[in-house]
Amino acid sequence: MKDDTAPITGQAHQDTAHDSAIKHVTGRAEYTDDLVEPTGTIHAYLGLSTCAHGRITGMDFTDTLAQPGVLGVLTADDLPGVNDVSPNGKNDDPIFADGVVHFWGQPVFAVIAETRDQARRAAHKARIDYDALPHALDPIAARDAGRGYVTDPLTLTRGDAVAAMAEAPRRITGRFAVGGQDHFYLEGQIALAIPGEDDEVAMHVSTQHPSEVQHMVAHVLGVPSNAVVVNVRRMGGGFGGKETQMNLFACVAAVAAKRWHRAVKIRPDRDDDMTATGKRHDFVIDYAVGFDDDGRIRAVEGDLYARCGFSADLSGPVTDRALFHADNAYFYPDVRVSSHPMRTNTVSNTAFRGFGGPQGAIMAERMVEEIGYALGLDPLEVRKRNLYQNGQLTPYHQEVQDQILPRLIEELEATSDYQARRQAVLDWNARGGVIRKGIALTPVKFGISFTATWFNQAGALIHVYSDGSIHLNHGGTEMGQGLNTKVAQVVAEAFQCDISRIKITRTTTEKVPNTSATAASSGTDLNGMAALDAANQIKARLVAFVAENWKVAEDQVVFVPGHVRAGDQMIAFNQVIRAAYMARIQLSAAGFYKTPKIHWDRSTGQGRPFYYFAYGAAVSEVSVDTLTGEYVIDRADILHDVGRSLNPALDRGQVEGAFVQGAGWLTTEELWWDDKGRLRTHAPSTYKVPLASDRPRVFNVALADWSEATERTIKRSKAVGEPPFVLGISVFEAINMAVASVADYREPARLDAPATPERVLMAVERLRG
Amino acid sequence: MTQLRFLLNDTEVALTEVGASDTLLDHLRLTRRMTGTKEGCAEGDCGACTVLAGRLTPDGLVYEPINACIRLMASCHATHIVTVEHLRGPDGGLHPVQAAMVAHHGSQCGFCTPGIVMALYGLWMTNPDAGAAEIETALQGNICRCTGYAPIIRAALAAGAAGGQAQDALARERETVAARLAGMRGARVSLARGADRALVPADTDDLAAALLEEPGATLVAGATDVGLWVTKFMRDISPAIFIGHLMKEITVEGDLIHLGAGVTYSEAARVIARHIPQAAEYWSRIGGWQVRNAGTIGANIANGSPIGDTPPLLIALDARIVLRRGDQRREMPLEAFFIDYGKQDRQPGEFVEAILIPIHRQARVAAYKISKRRDSDITSVAAGICVDVADGVITGARLAFGGMAGTPKRARAAEAALVGQPFAEAAFDAAARAIADDFQPMTDMRASAEYRATVARNLIRRFWLEQSEPGLPVRLRQSEGV
Repeated sequence: MKDDTAPITGQAHQDTAHDSAIKHVTGRAEYTDDLVEPTGTIHAYLGLSTCAHGRITGMDFTDTLAQPGVLGVLTADDLPGVNDVSPNGKNDDPIFADGVVHFWGQPVFAVIAETRDQARRAAHKARIDYDALPHALDPIAARDAGRGYVTDPLTLTRGDAVAAMAEAPRRITGRFAVGGQDHFYLEGQIALAIPGEDDEVAMHVSTQHPSEVQHMVAHVLGVPSNAVVVNVRRMGGGFGGKETQMNLFACVAAVAAKRWHRAVKIRPDRDDDMTATGKRHDFVIDYAVGFDDDGRIRAVEGDLYARCGFSADLSGPVTDRALFHADNAYFYPDVRVSSHPMRTNTVSNTAFRGFGGPQGAIMAERMVEEIGYALGLDPLEVRKRNLYQNGQLTPYHQEVQDQILPRLIEELEATSDYQARRQAVLDWNARGGVIRKGIALTPVKFGISFTATWFNQAGALIHVYSDGSIHLNHGGTEMGQGLNTKVAQVVAEAFQCDISRIKITRTTTEKVPNTSATAASSGTDLNGMAALDAANQIKARLVAFVAENWKVAEDQVVFVPGHVRAGDQMIAFNQVIRAAYMARIQLSAAGFYKTPKIHWDRSTGQGRPFYYFAYGAAVSEVSVDTLTGEYVIDRADILHDVGRSLNPALDRGQVEGAFVQGAGWLTTEELWWDDKGRLRTHAPSTYKVPLASDRPRVFNVALADWSEATERTIKRSKAVGEPPFVLGISVFEAINMAVASVADYREPARLDAPATPERVLMAVERLRG
Repeated sequence: MTQLRFLLNDTEVALTEVGASDTLLDHLRLTRRMTGTKEGCAEGDCGACTVLAGRLTPDGLVYEPINACIRLMASCHATHIVTVEHLRGPDGGLHPVQAAMVAHHGSQCGFCTPGIVMALYGLWMTNPDAGAAEIETALQGNICRCTGYAPIIRAALAAGAAGGQAQDALARERETVAARLAGMRGARVSLARGADRALVPADTDDLAAALLEEPGATLVAGATDVGLWVTKFMRDISPAIFIGHLMKEITVEGDLIHLGAGVTYSEAARVIARHIPQAAEYWSRIGGWQVRNAGTIGANIANGSPIGDTPPLLIALDARIVLRRGDQRREMPLEAFFIDYGKQDRQPGEFVEAILIPIHRQARVAAYKISKRRDSDITSVAAGICVDVADGVITGARLAFGGMAGTPKRARAAEAALVGQPFAEAAFDAAARAIADDFQPMTDMRASAEYRATVARNLIRRFWLEQSEPGLPVRLRQSEGV
């Protein structure tokens, strides 16, 4: 019989708008600060240290407590459980400094008052005295001062890099400083704690990691995890900045809520948020590359020194991932790369989109660029000669099996008209004017999976109500990436019902326990699979029921748009559900997923940490003003691999956004500390993220629609959140080319990142001599 | 009068308890629980709090995007504040701007979105044919961290093409709103919340009188800087006199532009573009659009910033200012007003009333702004250059710089190297060398001393290149005004 049913709306692989898009544009999407506050809500505000390293010799809260509306002050002595929010069990991340402060801006106390304004004003009335100790701000200063590591370093080796380097026909060594980056999520850190009876507390938190907030709050309150519920409807941006950094805020709110038995909200001012929370790690990279006269790499050695801040936080896995991506897309026959997670008197650095990967990848691209200049070759030619071939091993001994970059680069080279445009750039520069141009094509190969293998699990919960409406919950969090939409598409397709039938509810630790952070680009991979598992369980029960009830074989039961077909009978979905309910069929299921095939042994530096790789490439063309160092991105062309896209519109949005954010990291986003150790770029007035006018004037973004994940990922799609961030490197290299043109490309510009107009101009002046 | 009166969307508001430091954003979010308008930075730099402010001008009722976070309540008197909650399409559904943002996937996390929608609404209303460059300029004051802006630009172009301006609610209600706002104006308004006092003078004469009564009062115009004293430094600005609605005159007589001190950057844009076209691009890079709609030229001067976006240009043009105290007025060269860092030649009870800018029709003029990020950034180095040439000889040179010293200041040694010399490269090379003697700039998070010095030198070279060979590509792409 013929199906007379229209296809469902919102099925997988189709452009579907973000489920909150209409709420976003009308201002009706609720963020944590927009929730209706319980009656009697009070407010907490942090007091931050004004010393980069020192012993606290006295704390005087007399004036603070005398301010209007103030209810009290919390310090390290007032925490019922432990004074620690370390996400890794190292117990090195105090909520409030206890005796010693380790960076300028470290939380020392919190004021609780009737209003936020009162708490904030009162916090500034406290008097904290310090006995200053010497501070070390950057990783090299920390190394020279013998400050040591915040966490164990890692070395990846394959072959004998020292011997191969000695035998290589040519060698280049260099040092490259790569700056950090503030997340600048538009919605700052925020938590609302509502006390319950006994030891209970309910939290509304802007977090990428509800389960961790739950565990931290329990830890700090000294209660079991089952007493704490954490809810997240959505975040106004995360980018990694809300993976661990909100723990402290949530714990302060929870402690105050239990102490005063009132709802407590905490929201720092933007300056305090940027001062007191961790950022992308900046690195100083010492590299050596041996190669032959054809530009083929023979050996690589690298030492990656990271500014980790005063505690470990996620610096271990971040610096590990930097090593995992220090090859970017290139095969190193013999290699030794080592991480040096340095302890510094700065805020503890944390996750940020790419999680160390971009910092590793840019080392590879810098070496390739150096080889190109040394041999007088287009760096693209060097790239092509060194791309991985399937079967080759990475420095962590994972075999590359899904390489698609040769085809992808070839296509991009053609669609972007790279060769002709590069020639035009060379011709333009040859005329010797003030405005110089540069062009670069850089690829990315990005490893997908948490390198901590146990995080690669997810849960989901689906209820089908007796009216046929579907309630979907999973452990991932929505921060703008469209995760909820994509997971709902998977479920809509499974049940063959319109996406509008599915209500995506807030993430809560009550429905799905022990979730992993929504991070590592893995949200859809993990939660989509878990939701599909839940849907399939319900479907299996329905198939058995329909077969029995409508008297057909189970293989005759098929879900078709809006209906279930049983042999030659078409039954509306609602009717099936109603009948199943009456027949006492369970219409709820908890789904689960764990990524197969992955394993990683850190002690040997070998394994298969990644389920698969995502690929992409970008061509960027820039113009640079050699009198002032200013620049613009004239054009960017991107071809990116997301496998079989679950939602091309949303994936394209991720690629565009990640690229501009990556370009911002390497251009205008500069973190600047003064000699007292105080971060002076701590608000949008001083810390400059890209604006609309900074985006490429011509911006062509395409998905490699022929690509399909070789592994059994969710509907053969691939992760998209982080990989395209790395493509911002093409902008950086193009700027380097424009600068190098003033000395006729005799040597590379060797800009440190970010390439602020100042760094660009100073490099121009240096090359001109 | 002791009531603050304004229109909030479709509701007339009258408040008796208002402090000088009360912000519009807190009023919306905390008092009224209208949470569509977001706080992103509380310093007017991210645009998440963008709302429209409608006010009566000689050209009628004008709506402009502003930052609610640093808009102080007292300066909302007799205005129409329009928030995202009020935005709707002709059928009560999505407005064309909102519909286009949805259709083009212009939101991701959505937190910046209401502010972006409001800025685009402001643009859509006044310039439906805006191209990408104009849209960029309109969005200078809005940060989106998720999308990379491309879909937002596509949405803005589509919204413009969709049209419908005449059917828009604010267009249809224009006359009613104008009449209601007109009814709110007239008398002096005195407001207080406890000891926090604000005063909104009826007119400029009333301001002069009020300032004699309270010579220590804080003068607040657009609050694009004073707003931060409140939100960031928690300074007590009471008593404060709000003057942003006063001194709006713009006249051109002969070769002299007369700007009332209360003229905003946006209001002056047209006269600048017409009579000082060399400064048009510079002008569109002062702050973001919201800041240009609020900030005034008089306050930019009176504030005494060492950079001061307008003073380097105005000093180069030999502008003069009129200071008024009571009925007494005095006029002085602008450059004489800046005595030292944080110190200006303004007496208690005195205020900047007007700026007089000579039009140099024959001179060679340029205005340069260098900043870490192209738009909406505080300047590292600003330069105004005005050079007179007669018969191939430089007869006059005024070069003024911001960001190079404690005040905006002329580069006397560089000027001396130019005057009397042939209008040729050698003179400008000499001036570029000489400027090292003019300034000892400082290092901060925006730029190092070395960079500032190098840029100042190179801007003189740029000026020569531009003047000697018009059309030579010596500058990156230009922006377009809104």
